[in-house]
Amino acid sequence: MSTAVATAPESIHRRRHYLNADYGIRSWLFTTDHKRIALLYLFSITFFFALGGLFAVLIRLELLTPAGDLMTSDTYNKVFTMHGIMMVFFFLIPSVPATLGNFLIPMMIGARDLAFPKLNLASWYLFMAGGVFALYSVVTGGIDTGWTFYTPFSTTYSNTKVIPAALGILIAGFSSIFTGLNFIVTVHRMRAPGLTWFRLPLFVWANYAASLIMVLGTPVLAITIILVFLERAFHIGIFDPRLGGDPILFQHLFWFYSHPAVYIMILPSMGVMSELISAFSRKRVFGYSFVAFSSVAIAVFGFLVWGHHMFVSGQSVYAAMVFSILSYLVAIPSAVKVFNWTATLYKGSVSYQTPMLYAFGFLGLFTIGGLTGLFLAALGVDVHVTDTYFVVAHFHYIMVGGVIMGYLGGLHFWWPKITGRLYPEGWAKLSALVVFLGFNLTFFPQFVLGYLGMPRRYHAYPEEFQVLNVMSSAGASILGVGYLLPLFYLLWSMRYGPEAGPNPFDARGLEWQTASPPPTHNFEQVPIVQEEAYAYHAAQEVPVAG
Amino acid sequence: MQDSHAAAAHHPAFQHHFETMEQQREASTLGMWLFLITEILFFGGMFTVYLVYRNWYFASFAAGSLTLDLTLGAFNTVVLIGSSLTMALAVHSAETGQRNLLVAFLLLTILLGATFLGVKAVEYSHKFEEHHVPGPSFRFGSEELRHFHEEATALRSTQIHGVELGEVQLFFSLYFAMTGMHALHMVIGIGVLSVLAWKSRRGVYSPEYFAPVEYAGLYWHFVDIVWIFLFPLLYLITRHVGVHP
Amino acid sequence: MSGHVVPLKVYFAIFATLMVLTALTVRVAFINLGPYNAAVALGIATTKAVLVILYFMHLRYSSKLTWIVVLAGFFWLGILLVITMTDYVTRSLPHLPT
Repeated sequence: MSTAVATAPESIHRRRHYLNADYGIRSWLFTTDHKRIALLYLFSITFFFALGGLFAVLIRLELLTPAGDLMTSDTYNKVFTMHGIMMVFFFLIPSVPATLGNFLIPMMIGARDLAFPKLNLASWYLFMAGGVFALYSVVTGGIDTGWTFYTPFSTTYSNTKVIPAALGILIAGFSSIFTGLNFIVTVHRMRAPGLTWFRLPLFVWANYAASLIMVLGTPVLAITIILVFLERAFHIGIFDPRLGGDPILFQHLFWFYSHPAVYIMILPSMGVMSELISAFSRKRVFGYSFVAFSSVAIAVFGFLVWGHHMFVSGQSVYAAMVFSILSYLVAIPSAVKVFNWTATLYKGSVSYQTPMLYAFGFLGLFTIGGLTGLFLAALGVDVHVTDTYFVVAHFHYIMVGGVIMGYLGGLHFWWPKITGRLYPEGWAKLSALVVFLGFNLTFFPQFVLGYLGMPRRYHAYPEEFQVLNVMSSAGASILGVGYLLPLFYLLWSMRYGPEAGPNPFDARGLEWQTASPPPTHNFEQVPIVQEEAYAYHAAQEVPVAG
Repeated sequence: MQDSHAAAAHHPAFQHHFETMEQQREASTLGMWLFLITEILFFGGMFTVYLVYRNWYFASFAAGSLTLDLTLGAFNTVVLIGSSLTMALAVHSAETGQRNLLVAFLLLTILLGATFLGVKAVEYSHKFEEHHVPGPSFRFGSEELRHFHEEATALRSTQIHGVELGEVQLFFSLYFAMTGMHALHMVIGIGVLSVLAWKSRRGVYSPEYFAPVEYAGLYWHFVDIVWIFLFPLLYLITRHVGVHP
Repeated sequence: MSGHVVPLKVYFAIFATLMVLTALTVRVAFINLGPYNAAVALGIATTKAVLVILYFMHLRYSSKLTWIVVLAGFFWLGILLVITMTDYVTRSLPHLPT
């Protein structure tokens, strides 16, 4: 595929690569190497994920019993708010793009780095600064508005730390904008010779589409937060009905970003899916260009449907009808992807290694999440299940079942590339299985709970809901174990895992053609691409390591 | 590829993860334009708020708008468009390698920008004196109110609910939010231009490399464009209310 | 700018046009055109903005990609404005009989 052919296996220790190019904390904090920055993000978001997970534990503990006995209502409000803020803004949005995207996009397109390496580092610092503000809000008493900051509660009535949390999200938002900008420019301007748009890996397409949303949507969130800030600090009336303001206008501006933000989360994970499915079926992704364009279509359609979060808010019923119809549009490109992945499996030589197990998990869970999304897009049904656990289950199937499955699958797939070492396959398979089972046990009962009418965001509930809630909490503990396992064995493998060699899965793609871990400038020579992506040839396959 | 990489390497501004100087310039130009469209959507949020409330509270917005000083607003428009001209001339001087002219035009742009901000400060201080700043001490004279109730009736528009104090305050909230955010962008712009003027004086830029001047110019023109819309929306768009057809 | 040096007289001509349009928009603001005042004011502002983008910002001499970026920015601003307004302009309409 290119001129940069890997040489005979060499010990990780003897060869110079990005991890041992330089030592010491300064070499990490001032690095402009996209691979090191990806690792900085990896550790940071793992921290925020753990924190968000801790709040999830508290939520599930409280909901074990019908009575609100573990904490007061006010504390519970804070706990689910901080769970949402940590998970959405500090884990899910940067999850795949800032770690795997950062690491892989330059390598996949045969570039030495992202277009703006210093901006990339600055993005990480902004992210961390935002995280510090959010953490400050957590440790000084928390915030209870829900992650959506709905006005006028957030601007007038809440007596919690709204401003530092909002400021944290504002700053982290700029990090997201700059990451997206960096990706778009890199994909346009840094591709290796011969790497045309339709030879790009679909992971790059998906991240490109997500970057479009980051660049076009996040600024609106930024100004909305600033207006909330001004409203709360100076009572200028923009969202205050007493002065003629409209609280629903806040929801319009907020969801203009925050609905597409769901696609910032899921699109990169979908990109991971395309890579995994093709690598472990030894086939080109079926209908490559459809999958590529469906990413862009999701990014564009995603901006037209935000009003489906506001069906019961008091917006015009006519607007609600339009939003309801438009919401179905997003199902089309999403279904194109699911069908095409499935078609890729057909007659492929499928192997069931850990990343593929996660990919199967994604396929099933995303399908359930997506199809229940259609229920919610239907105006009449949505009014019935608004603010119930049905909604909670739906978006967790997308945001956890989809995004985190893709994230973990991708992390396992590229772990040998990132660290140069293999993870323990047995443990990894076990954890994939545990995550899948735990996830379903946690969230499937919530569909039923919601349909029976249990509202979200309450810490006490009627006794008839207890059985399902206990199931959900039990599932959450299993899920927790499933998330802890990779943390341990992946860390273990960084030191003790067997050396992986440049291409342990015998996958295609430029990132597999350089050493593992890659040298600081990724390639010894700029590769020249002469083939389309995923040039797998099932006939001449060799057994796969791992 | 390797050859061009080596050939470009002599320029001090060349960054080595690019192949060529040309590639570096194309990348940063695209990056700058992408940044500007994030700015479009950033201000776009406030324009949306303005659009919604102006449609709801036309009379109150008219009442608020008519208290703004049109002369100062128009003067500032001329100043800011003038600064865009000098900025364009600065870029032109950089392109043609006229270092002294480059410095002079950058300084002139800064001067015009500062003039704009000075006039804005005068307008703000008037608003403070008149208690037109949103907040607990917000006032809007009863004489003015009655006047605009009459105007509103004269227009016979179903869109007009009459002038309400809260709604007029909403106009001023938006006035301060929009012009304040615009002024903040100008302050940042002046800071950037100052650095550029200093660097230009030291001869950092040449016809081969003047990208920072060009990008600062794009930013400056963008800020100008925001004002081109703010001026009619805030100062002009309801001037005709007092004029009978 | 793609290596294209714009002649100075273009800049001065654009500046003069912008000044004329500024004077025009102030003048027209005092003529009661009813609902058309807003349209005229915004029309003139848009014309001015387009001139600044095309000539001062050199878009006219820029690559197709830059054009796409700029148009995308305004297109998305349009999405924000138009779709938000679909709510506000229909909110007070009577509901269908149930």
